[in-house]
Amino acid sequence: MVVIGLLVLGMGLATALILRAFNENLMYFYSTSEVSAGKAPTARDFRIGGLVVQDSLQRQADSLTVQFVLTDLKQQVTVRYTGILPDLFREGQGIVANGQLGADGVFVAREVLAKHDENYMPPEVAASLKHKPDESLTRSAP
Amino acid sequence: MLQRFHKYAAPMHFHRLALALSPWLFGISALLFATGLFGGLVLAPADYQQGDSFRIIYLHVPSAWMSMFVYMVMASAGAAGLIWKVKMGDIIARAAAPLGASFTFLALATGSLWGKPMWGAWWVWDARLTSELILLFLYLGYLALQSAIEDRRAAARAGAVLAIVGVVNIPIIHYSVEWWSTLHQGATITKFDTPSIATSMLIPLLLMALAFKSFFAATLLVRARCEILAFEQHTAWVREYLRAGRPS
Repeated sequence: MVVIGLLVLGMGLATALILRAFNENLMYFYSTSEVSAGKAPTARDFRIGGLVVQDSLQRQADSLTVQFVLTDLKQQVTVRYTGILPDLFREGQGIVANGQLGADGVFVAREVLAKHDENYMPPEVAASLKHKPDESLTRSAP
Repeated sequence: MLQRFHKYAAPMHFHRLALALSPWLFGISALLFATGLFGGLVLAPADYQQGDSFRIIYLHVPSAWMSMFVYMVMASAGAAGLIWKVKMGDIIARAAAPLGASFTFLALATGSLWGKPMWGAWWVWDARLTSELILLFLYLGYLALQSAIEDRRAAARAGAVLAIVGVVNIPIIHYSVEWWSTLHQGATITKFDTPSIATSMLIPLLLMALAFKSFFAATLLVRARCEILAFEQHTAWVREYLRAGRPS
């Protein structure tokens, strides 16, 4: 019994240390503040996550290229993407984009994933909540 | 009371109990599945963002909960067998493993089907999905160990150690969405806060969770019965049972 207790304790400790060491790699995406502060890698691909700023989406008339601004409510980063956006892509909604940061500070995305929040409700309820600021959106961002 | 509980730690009595209980549990689970599915697929309103696609929640969330719950059942039963030499512990752990692996697979598969239309990807290597995949590998490792070791007692001991060590993964799965920034969203129900889901959507989900639980209990009892007969095949009562068709 003591041996098993020690085994579990040891494994727990080892796991905690490993997770601490790998903490950065376990982060699925960087926030826009981290990217603005230069904490994100420059020479290779990484993921950026945040909320799409209202009315920031611009489509090019003759191609699939879109440009929008991401925010974590502190810093903003502009993202350019050529391709089809997922169904849940909306202004005000959280998304995660994979790509590289250009020299001009614009993030060029190869892939855009929509992140949805943990709230489920009928449309009527959502409509009645509309006038209040939606806290859940800020909560799902890092 | 304790006396009666102790009685069922003996495989022969447990076998009789399981035989009596499992039809009832199957009946209850069928009833819960019928009401839960009707509530979830017909009565519950569509989601404000995801429309009707969110309804896969009624399979995905209960199976994800079960994947962790069954693991805890398996590890505790294994620990009881290892520490106090309770034979039923070994038997329950062995009977639970394939069920847990199935629930984990179901959670991953339904999650993948949900992820494609909503996120835009079948699979991403975020902390929640990766830790759930590790859970599947733990189950498969346990099953492989059980088949690799001929002697049932040795297999049970080795399996119990693996299962206990793997318990560290359970809190990691649960808290992964809080500790790291993941694509998977945070907890809707299992948190110290009011559930962030409309009541009309929540009730069928809880019914489905109960349906999964009772289905698991019923199936576990059937599987445990088979394991008991295999474990105890050389005892007098099993030979008597197999001849007469009911426990002596």
